Order: sequence, then C-alpha cells, then structure tokens
Amino acid sequence: MARITSAVFSSHIPAVGAAIDFGTTGNEYWSPVFEGFEYSKKWQADNVPDVIILVYNDHASAFDLRVVPTFGIGCSEEFESADEGWGPRPIPPVQGHPDLAWHIAQSVILDSFDMTICNDFKVDHGLTVPLSLMFGQPEAWPCRVIPFMVNVIQYPPPTGRRCFELGKALRKAVELFDEDLNVHIWGTGGMSHQLQYKRAGLINREWDLNFMNTLINDPEELTKITHPEYIREAGSEGIELVMWLIARAALGSQVDEKHRFYHVPASNTALGHLILEKAGS
Amino acid sequence: MALEKPYQDIPGTIVFDADMSRKGYHLNQFFMSLMKAENRERFLADEKAYVDEWPLTDLQKKGVLEQDYNLCIEQGGNIYFLAKLFYTHEQPFERAVSTMTGMTPQEYRAMMLSGGRPIEGNRSASENKGNQ
Ligand SMILES: [Fe+2]
Repeated sequence: MARITSAVFSSHIPAVGAAIDFGTTGNEYWSPVFEGFEYSKKWQADNVPDVIILVYNDHASAFDLRVVPTFGIGCSEEFESADEGWGPRPIPPVQGHPDLAWHIAQSVILDSFDMTICNDFKVDHGLTVPLSLMFGQPEAWPCRVIPFMVNVIQYPPPTGRRCFELGKALRKAVELFDEDLNVHIWGTGGMSHQLQYKRAGLINREWDLNFMNTLINDPEELTKITHPEYIREAGSEGIELVMWLIARAALGSQVDEKHRFYHVPASNTALGHLILEKAGS
Repeated sequence: MALEKPYQDIPGTIVFDADMSRKGYHLNQFFMSLMKAENRERFLADEKAYVDEWPLTDLQKKGVLEQDYNLCIEQGGNIYFLAKLFYTHEQPFERAVSTMTGMTPQEYRAMMLSGGRPIEGNRSASENKGNQ
C-alpha cells in the first residue's frame, strides 16, 4: 500500500529560482532566505520519497485563458521546465509517475472531485523552485513528481473548504494504490503578497504567522477563511495559500513539526516554509 | 441575482474576476504571444504594428505601448500575463511592480526590506476613512 508520510510547504518565487540558477544565493540579500532551507535540504536528503505529489499553480506558462482547469493532474512520463520569458531554467526534466497519477485521477473523480487530466505540458517556477530549494542542483531529481495544478489566477479559485476535502480524498486515493510507495505531498505558493496595482508590496506578517500555526494545529479552522479575506489580508496573490490546505489535509490530522521558517522579503513576497511529518512515521 | 463582489472595497486592488477576464481576454492572449522569441522580436521591431494585429481597445494598446501597467490591469490585464511584457522589455519583475505603486524602484525596495507595505490602513476603503 502507498502512504503519504510527510508534507512540505513552501512559497514558490521566481527570483529565488534565479538566485539558485545564477549562483547569487550567498549574497547579502539572499543568504537569509537560503539559510532557512539548510535544515530542509538535510532533512530532504535523509527522507527521499518515491513520489512527490506537488500542489502548485501554473502562472500563464502552460495554460492561458483558452482553458482554465480548476484542478488538474499531470499524468505523463516527463515534464520539462517551461520558458517563462527568460529561457527555461537549467534544471533536469521532472519524471512523472503515470501509474499513480492515473490511479489518483480515477479515484478522486469517483469520489466526486472532478479533476482535469493533463498530459504533455511544461512545468513553471511554481513547481520547479520548491524542488530546487529542497534538492539543490542535482543532475537528475532523485524521485518522481506528480504535478497537481490548482487555478488561483482566475477568480474565483476553489474554496479553502473544497481544497481541504480534496486533500482528504487524495490521501484515500494514495492508500488505495497497491504498490508500496513512500509519498510526500507538497503545498506551494503564498504567503502574503500582492504583485499588482497600487497596493502592490503588501505583506501581512501577523496573519501569515497565524496561518502557519493554525495549519499545523487546527487546519480545518482555516477552511473558514473566505476568498475576500485572503485577498484583503494576504494580498491579491496571497490567495495561493488555498493550495496549502490540500497538502495539509492529505497528510492527516496528527503531525510532528520538523521545521518552520518565515522571511520577508523575497522579491515582492513573504516566504513561508514548513516541514511536517505524519505523527509516528 | 448577480454574484456580489465583496472584494471591491479593498484599496489599490483589482481582482481578476469574470468581468475583468472577459474585458482582458485578447489583451492577455496578446501578452501570452510574447512567450515566443520570434514574436518578441517582431514586437520589439515595431510595437505599434504588432499590437495592431490584435483586437485590442485603444486604451489597452495605450497601456501596452506606454508600459503603463496600471492601465493594463484596469483594462483587464492579469499580472502573470502582463509579466510577459516585463520580460520582453527585460525589466526585472520587482522593478516593474514598483512602477504600479507610484514609488521609485529604490523606494519600493526600501519598503520591501523594511517588511513590506503594512496591512494597517490598507484593508478597506472604510478602514481608511476611519483613520482620517
Ligand atoms: Fe504562484
């Protein structure tokens, strides 16, 4: 039986990927960010899963306004790094896990979550920057990755409640898979940030820290946050945080906190990061 | 009955909702075309001619040609699509964002380094009135 044993949460910021790719992680601006991931890289090296289900959003890279899937799952063998306008990131291609991905798609659809099945697309910074933060710059990624996309760009994104319930369905689906696989789930995006219009640059530290705390201890409480509240308190792009609820619910209620990190600023954004293990695993 | 828009009182914020998406459909698809290197070259060679190939309104064209990013957002542009225009002009994201705030890039960076734009006074139009 496959099982989800750990969850990693992290902002996914293009400039962080650029700092890694261009070797500027040690400078005055970036070193506090990367110091926050020192423990994480060690933890990750000691805890390499078979598969990561990586919840993220595409940022007008693979998908444009012609088709806007609310939830999508990547079912192909391989996903290349997207060219987001400055050339593709110099990273290895991501190997998918079609057997598990198709199994999850079927299982959650029959559980009433209408996923969009996606093949043949490229993955952008939303997926690749967290991979680089956790694994560094390997020749090949050490495990398989299933891209799990959520629309958070076209309003309205799915509700926090819906995301939380989908996370539970994901856990069930993984546990129904016959092969003995160690699976991690990652929730990415956030934390507070606004990239557009006159209020750009908004950061809400207190709200973010409370979100992290509650995510660990009483995650269902977070499903009460409405979309206007996300936008008001965490900025128009902070609404990405609904994606964290999928990963948190997929891990199950009892967890051990391994690591917590928060830093402002990373470009325009508050960077938040957590590592949680399923209790007793 | 129409859906309410309880986010409209948030100051300095335009939510990319259904109305904005419909208004900005062609504008955003135009931005998307700049993902291709050959289109970026054609655009930079003659911006006006390239823009005229798209069914955009005069205000949308003005926003693009004058790099008035707030105007682009007001006319239905979405930030992640608009970002393709930043990259076409080889403008770093943070710097491009700063132009939407009425600050210089230096002032904007200083604000971010000191913890970002504070939430106090920036939640809603009515909160702002209360502060005056
Ligand atoms: Fe994102």
